[in-house]
Amino acid sequence: MSKDNQLLEDLTSKEYEHGWSVNYEADEAPAGLNEGIIRWISSKKEEPKWLLEWRLKAFATWQSMAEPSWANVNYPKIDLQALKYYSAPKQSKKPKNLNEVDPELIAIYERLGISLNEQKRLQGIAVDAVLDSVSVATTFKDTLSKLGIVFCSFSEAVKEHPELIKKYLGSVVPIQDNYYAALNSAVFSDGSFCYIPKGVRCPMELSTYFRINAANTGQFERTLIVAEESSYVSYLEGCTAPQRDENQLHAAVVEIYAAAHAEVKYSTVQNWYPGDNEGRGGIYNFVTKRGICAGDYSKISWTQVETGSAVTWKYPSCILKGDHSVGEFYSVAVTNNYQQADTGTKMIHIGKNTKSRIVSKGISAGKSQNSYRGQVQVMKRALHARNFSQCDSLLMGNACGAHTFPYIDIANPTAKVEHEATTSKIGEDQIFYCNQRGIATEDAVALIVNGYAKEVLNQLPMEFAVEAQKLLALTLEGSVG
Amino acid sequence: MLSIKNLHASIEGTPILKGINLQVNAGEVHAIMGPNGSGKSTLASVLAGREEYEVTQGEVIFQGKDLLELSPEDRAREGVFLAFQYPIEIPGVSTTNFLRTALNQIREYRGQEPLDAVKFLSLMKEKMALVEIDQKLLSRSLNEGFSGGEKKRNEIFQMAMLEPKLSILDETDSGLDIDALRIVSNGVNKLKSPSTATIVVTHYQRLLDYIVPDVVHVLYQGRIVKSGSKELALELEQKGYDWIKEEVDTAKATA
Ligand SMILES: Nc1ncnc2c1ncn2[C@@H]1O[C@H](COP(=O)(O)OP(=O)(O)OP(=O)(O)O)[C@@H](O)[C@H]1O
Ligand SMILES: [Mg+2]
Repeated sequence: MSKDNQLLEDLTSKEYEHGWSVNYEADEAPAGLNEGIIRWISSKKEEPKWLLEWRLKAFATWQSMAEPSWANVNYPKIDLQALKYYSAPKQSKKPKNLNEVDPELIAIYERLGISLNEQKRLQGIAVDAVLDSVSVATTFKDTLSKLGIVFCSFSEAVKEHPELIKKYLGSVVPIQDNYYAALNSAVFSDGSFCYIPKGVRCPMELSTYFRINAANTGQFERTLIVAEESSYVSYLEGCTAPQRDENQLHAAVVEIYAAAHAEVKYSTVQNWYPGDNEGRGGIYNFVTKRGICAGDYSKISWTQVETGSAVTWKYPSCILKGDHSVGEFYSVAVTNNYQQADTGTKMIHIGKNTKSRIVSKGISAGKSQNSYRGQVQVMKRALHARNFSQCDSLLMGNACGAHTFPYIDIANPTAKVEHEATTSKIGEDQIFYCNQRGIATEDAVALIVNGYAKEVLNQLPMEFAVEAQKLLALTLEGSVG
Repeated sequence: MLSIKNLHASIEGTPILKGINLQVNAGEVHAIMGPNGSGKSTLASVLAGREEYEVTQGEVIFQGKDLLELSPEDRAREGVFLAFQYPIEIPGVSTTNFLRTALNQIREYRGQEPLDAVKFLSLMKEKMALVEIDQKLLSRSLNEGFSGGEKKRNEIFQMAMLEPKLSILDETDSGLDIDALRIVSNGVNKLKSPSTATIVVTHYQRLLDYIVPDVVHVLYQGRIVKSGSKELALELEQKGYDWIKEEVDTAKATA
């Protein structure tokens, strides 16, 4: 422990020498959403004119749209005029040291086995800890840039690689795609950009983990990943630990572009604040994620472990345009207490011999509602398209709900689409069996749930999978017995 | 080691156990026999702490502790092991992973350090040899798709790994082929020691040829109605249960 502290302090003072201070503190837009605010954001970020115009167009589009109501979720109307659209989130509220941090949170961190160093970083306590991550990212940046890989914040990319941003921004998720995507396009604050050149296999997992700065930029992130021909990248989003956030609305957009023979693996462990056990507070997580397999033999694979948020509305999707392209979606969504999740995927088969695979594992406990909503669409041209979907629901207790909404839409008779669904309950028999071997009930639940979700967890990079397992257990704590 | 006095238990209001008395000392093997539905599995479940069964009367003392006061997991940690008549499936959880969790929780309860992966593995290897179980089986989902015999063998493997003080084997012999019966019985015998005790629930004498009991009890209608030496099992094998039932019924009638 003391070694950790020493290391932290060394790093801190060094970083201050290098003048790494985050210059956001004072920058905050007044509450409200109007054209003026959008201009203000754009000028604050010193954006080029085309981007401002793009934002304004998005704003106009958004104004003409209505909030969607088809999802199986319930929440009070969000007053979008009461929100601030540009600020350094939580900066002002950041605790100065660990003593100021909610002891309950610390207890949780400790149970997660997160080191003090890590705790400080997660709490955003010391800019030093944040900078610690930034410096790590910088080190990697050298390795990456030697390969021609670009991995930076969205703002930076707008400045350094405007031609790429101009070409791909909105190309997968167009402005008018949906209400929240339009809103995001108008007001997005920052995010990540990643570009893998032709034939390059990215040698490490790229992660927002290393760039806590960007991850914290707030409610409206924008991520763009471009994988050129025959390239490969595995991208990890979010935090491997509870990054509790008080923000109310989180509406991100992720776009992935995969050229011929390119492969992109995108993994998320989502653990935003779910609200308390009475259902107060928590994040509304309305996210649009989509990838296009533009070239032949390209592949996009989404893996998500959703444990947080009060309301989740999220459908990572694949447009399988290239012939022989492959889309995959692996999901574990856990809801407890009053959480609501409506999540799933869309697989749109356009090219010939395209394949998709959907594995969704829902776990509901408490009074929560958990819905899988998935669409498999096979277009006319998509000869010999194949889809396999497996949607399982696991229920804990009698007060929760699990729902499955599969939509299948086939315009080519050569398509082969398979759908399997199961619903099960954690059996008292299973828990007793574990108990009889000396395993306490909570650990038994964790064991059983992790077993149930194994097929999805196996898709995650090793370290991420371990954290995800702990999170599943943590989310379900107190839900049985 | 185990002392059961006047134990009554019911399920959903129906009395099943109606006054069990049983004394098991360290180093002993007790066999419990009896017709279907007489309450053998119920007794095993009550000892293991299954919540559905309500204990309405009586006491159970295990190594000086009031067993009925303990949670099921604490009973296990104190050294009570039940080999299930119908082992439960847990999809996605390997036997290895399951046992590692179990063993480390038991060790923690006893104030011991958790076993690291290397030590755990070498313990596994040793016990695998004891019950001649295939490593492949141990990395599969626990009991899922196991044959009847594989499930039973796996139960005894778990017993070997957890090294309990009191083992209750509920019809472990059913479903085992002749070779497996011998192997599993040998395993049980090797695990016996002067400080452990075993209760075997069985319908058949052939298991008792291998695991030789010190005492044989007959459970009928929720009571132990007869106890005797290992010869009692032979007698039952020849004559069936009718003569005992008659004895009990006449006794009742005259009472
Ligand atoms: N949940 C339950 N509800 C009602 N009766 C039950 C329940 N569980 C067990 N019983 C009854 O309790 C009695 C004893 O059952 P138990 O399983 O203990 O018998 P057993 O001696 O182990 O029989 P077997 O030799 O067939 O394994 C049976 O009549 C059974 O039907
Ligand atoms: Mg039985």
